[in-house]
Amino acid sequence: MEFIISKYNYWMYIVLMMIGFYAMIAKRNLVKKLLGLNIFQWAIILFYVSTGVKKGATIPIIEGGHGELVHAVNAAQYLNPLPHVLMLTAIVVGVSTTGVALALIVLIYRRFGTVEEDEILEALK
Amino acid sequence: MIQRTANIIPRTIARILIPAIQVFGLYVIAHGHGSPGGGFQGGCILAASFILMTIAYGLEDTKRRFTENMNNILSSLGVFIYALTGWMCLLLGANFLDYSALSAILPADPVKARYLGMFIIEVGVGITVMAVMVSLFIDLVTGGKHGEGL
Amino acid sequence: MKFIALIATLMTGALLMYAEADFPVWGDPDSPASLHLSPRYIEKAMEETSVPNMVTAVLADYRGYDTMFETAVIFSAGIAVVMLIRRPRQ
Repeated sequence: MEFIISKYNYWMYIVLMMIGFYAMIAKRNLVKKLLGLNIFQWAIILFYVSTGVKKGATIPIIEGGHGELVHAVNAAQYLNPLPHVLMLTAIVVGVSTTGVALALIVLIYRRFGTVEEDEILEALK
Repeated sequence: MIQRTANIIPRTIARILIPAIQVFGLYVIAHGHGSPGGGFQGGCILAASFILMTIAYGLEDTKRRFTENMNNILSSLGVFIYALTGWMCLLLGANFLDYSALSAILPADPVKARYLGMFIIEVGVGITVMAVMVSLFIDLVTGGKHGEGL
Repeated sequence: MKFIALIATLMTGALLMYAEADFPVWGDPDSPASLHLSPRYIEKAMEETSVPNMVTAVLADYRGYDTMFETAVIFSAGIAVVMLIRRPRQ
């Protein structure tokens, strides 16, 4: 029981990631594949952010740090800022790359009149 | 084309909300140092205000205020500001993007100059993110044919 | 085809579940991620950059080079979308 409670967050990310993975490999619709890719990406983002959590710590903004210099900051008091930094850029870049992927899907739709993968492969023969 | 909505309620709400959203976006960019925020988040909030304007007032009206040329110029201007800050540090004798060198031209000591240098590049990031998000939305929602729609 | 995909998904999930046993407990202050590099940033960020928000300090200063090219990636993505699907009216 202790094992389940202490690790349940990883289980949630794995479930989310596998939903995205299944959508990527089993669905034939390109938009659905892209949504699966996004779900996969969000599972990884959530996993990264959760590695920065420390029990009893607050967000990585130093309290009362406006203007005066604060000395002797205790590292156990604040969350780990590095995963937040990495995922902050990953989120925005993920949105932009999703935009590029959607633009490519729009082009594919213009060329073939469909976004179903098997129909596109049929038309390519 | 995304038409201007015939219903008065979305247009009135958008008219009230858009300035508030834009001020909040500017606040998030400017206070990215002392509170949760920064260039990426503030740029997305600013882009949301333009997207709301597009939905409520139609594409024609938005493009009169925020033209395509303006959009392209802004999206490259942000990266330019960022790179220029890095090069200024290089020209002032420090490493690339070492903002403490900016204390020679900014009214601040080297530690405070890093604060100001970060603010400059956050503004650049915010401008780029805003312009790119707006152009992504408009291009994708009309399929690239701004005047005709999908 | 879908059945094979389901089997592959379940097997990958089981593998990840098995590997997850080695991960640190959620919220553990002594997890490897929060022991090695981050205390340096947490303790020195305010002193070195006078920015209370450590996320901004690391994003824009310590990892400024990274963030610059992330911005360039966003810029190129926007330009790519414009170049791919923008059809000016003839």
